[in-house]
Amino acid sequence: MNTPELQPQTSAMSMYRAIVGIGAMCALVIVVVFQSTAARIRDNQERFLAAAISEVLPVTEETIAVDVGENGQLEKTSASLPLPVFLAYGSNGDLVGAVLTAEGMGYQDNIRVLYAYSFEKQAIVGFKILDSKETPGLGDRVEIEPHFIANFEALDARLNSSGDALNNAIVTVKQGEKTDPWQIDGITGATITSEALGNILNDSANGWLPILERDAISIDREATP
Amino acid sequence: MSKLSQYLEIGSSPHVSSGASVDVIMRNVFVALLPVCAFSIYAFGIAAALVLATATLTCVVTEHVICRLNNKPTTIGDWSVAITGLLYGLTLPPDLPLWMVAIGAIFAVAVGKALFGGLGCNAFNPALVGRAFLQAAFPQAMTHWSLPLAADRFTDIPGSVLAFPFAEPAYDAVTAATPLARMKFEAIQAENSELLWGMTSGSAGETCAALIFIGGVYLVARNMMNWRIPVSIMLTVALITWIFMQIDPTVYPRPSFMLFSGGLMLGAVFMATDMVASPITNAGCWLYGFLIGGLVVVIRFWGGMPEGVMYAILLANAVSPHIDSLIQPRVFGTGKGAG
Amino acid sequence: MASKEVTSTDEFVKGLWRDNPVFVQVLGMCPALAVSNTAMNALAMGLATTFVLLMSGLSVSLLRGFIPREARIVCYICIIATFVTSVDYLIMALSLELHRALGAFIALIVVNCLILGRAEAFASKNKPGRALLDGLGMGVGFTVALLFIGVVREILGSGSIFGFAVFPDSFQTWTVMVLPSGGFFAMALWLLIVNRIKKKEAETEKAEATA
Repeated sequence: MNTPELQPQTSAMSMYRAIVGIGAMCALVIVVVFQSTAARIRDNQERFLAAAISEVLPVTEETIAVDVGENGQLEKTSASLPLPVFLAYGSNGDLVGAVLTAEGMGYQDNIRVLYAYSFEKQAIVGFKILDSKETPGLGDRVEIEPHFIANFEALDARLNSSGDALNNAIVTVKQGEKTDPWQIDGITGATITSEALGNILNDSANGWLPILERDAISIDREATP
Repeated sequence: MSKLSQYLEIGSSPHVSSGASVDVIMRNVFVALLPVCAFSIYAFGIAAALVLATATLTCVVTEHVICRLNNKPTTIGDWSVAITGLLYGLTLPPDLPLWMVAIGAIFAVAVGKALFGGLGCNAFNPALVGRAFLQAAFPQAMTHWSLPLAADRFTDIPGSVLAFPFAEPAYDAVTAATPLARMKFEAIQAENSELLWGMTSGSAGETCAALIFIGGVYLVARNMMNWRIPVSIMLTVALITWIFMQIDPTVYPRPSFMLFSGGLMLGAVFMATDMVASPITNAGCWLYGFLIGGLVVVIRFWGGMPEGVMYAILLANAVSPHIDSLIQPRVFGTGKGAG
Repeated sequence: MASKEVTSTDEFVKGLWRDNPVFVQVLGMCPALAVSNTAMNALAMGLATTFVLLMSGLSVSLLRGFIPREARIVCYICIIATFVTSVDYLIMALSLELHRALGAFIALIVVNCLILGRAEAFASKNKPGRALLDGLGMGVGFTVALLFIGVVREILGSGSIFGFAVFPDSFQTWTVMVLPSGGFFAMALWLLIVNRIKKKEAETEKAEATA
């Protein structure tokens, strides 16, 4: 197309000047936009999480994020973890429950869920899917099917006598075959997704509930992490 | 019309005619399908009759309308579109709402056949194109199966069949898992006698393996079908399944279960043998059959769905022109070393 | 056409119909098919792309004397990426739900060939005003085309338009229209209609020319 002999060569200097100049301008624009939106984005994220928490545990008035510290004890944290765990307090300051995020493999991709645990009922009392890419019309019915959602009104999650694991593993059974309060009534046609949710809850509850039951009541709410 | 075409017949291969015209072949296919249809209506009652009639009628009407729109003479007289419609109807669940049956039929003929240029040009089996569309569009209705030989099948029409167009069907009957779904999710294998004589749930025309087999034998005997395709599909499926059964019989089913369950017989005999979408050479047909058989086993064993015959055939349809060019003998004086 | 003076209106209008980026140039198919599953997503994606088109067109046009020919692509991409990143932050600040729905496709506006195409073919050779008009026309054309696809997919796939139900509850949704394959079907449907109209137009023009 263009024969090099006929084209006057652009000097390397002017190319560097253009690339560095444009790079610097672009960096400036991005920094300005980032600085001016950062506060709004953080607000949005907090509001989104708060809305989700009050959806799974409506009595919540205040939450604190917790994590397991170096000594194995539960402690207040300010770090933003990939799968945060919160203790929830009611209007009179009582501990009403815990809200946990959990994650696991579904049929298509990872599913992220939020669920609420009640210390009083020793059961999972609320459940919401935060993120899923399950097949529309089949797997995503776990979010709308009433009989499936009803599983999480009171899903037994009692600990065993030594308090180090669930007394009964949370497990998904075939639709219409739920006999025990720790079983999840599955969905025909969304077998894999409903089983995956059972496994996600079981793994997360098995890991977290013993620690929460042991330490949650004694945690210092006012402590500065 | 170019001048050349007045003197030469120009068209896609094959060029040598065996003398059998389209309507003779299609009439023979129809005869071979008759027992299958009759059993389907016997097993699933009025619902299956309505589904088959709607499927066939909608396909014929769609073809007629499209020919008219293109100002071409109608091609419904050669029976081929009616056979497409009938085959398509046989692959559907017998209690599918009629409006869905009609939409899939329109899709099968308009997109699966007419868009590619009509009879002789379709890259995929049109009946399966229609079914694949329904499977993607209405996955719930397409995986709802009614019980065979229900007591009230000749007196009652299931509510779902007569669902108002575009409305969600309401199912009143009990759902019955197909043998393949029971195998996949509960590891229960149905008996050969149940599968051979159609005592299981499934698509309208896939349940009775014996009658499909007889239809296939009839077509082969009349030299209306390339026997290599169904034989190579069945051999491949049986062989791979047998190998896996030797490895772990508790996980993998026996070969006869794989052969007689689901849509394998119907697909191997009537769908994969679509003359347009399958390879032309005999060696190509063997290769095509191996491919379908292999895909069926892979989808059934390790896929998310219990059944995979439809997707296996559609995928093999897509590569069948490549199979032809792969095994084409080199024309003397061309290719390597020439010119 | 060529002999006539190209007016500013032409620069704007050509993106809407004659050179529509989606239905005629068939550019930027990845976002057009991927995020047009609802009308709202289609609109948001269209507006985000329009913003990037406008800003990058303006910048490239302003800097056209400064950017040497040999280094132009790297400069254009840098400029486009900057505005895409900005749009990403702005949408996150506006609504997290929208950001989640558009997902990875906001970042992929960078590789939308429509934007680089306009920068290279138009903005780098024209004055800023013209470049803005061209970007606006192309952006609006892209948005409208996405909306057309999105509306069809949302009506059939979810039984609603912009989230408002248009059918009674008993409507059976067509799952396939929400899936990626539904994008291809809706796109093909509109291409069929647009090409039919274009063919008719060409025939009448030809008839007028001979008459």
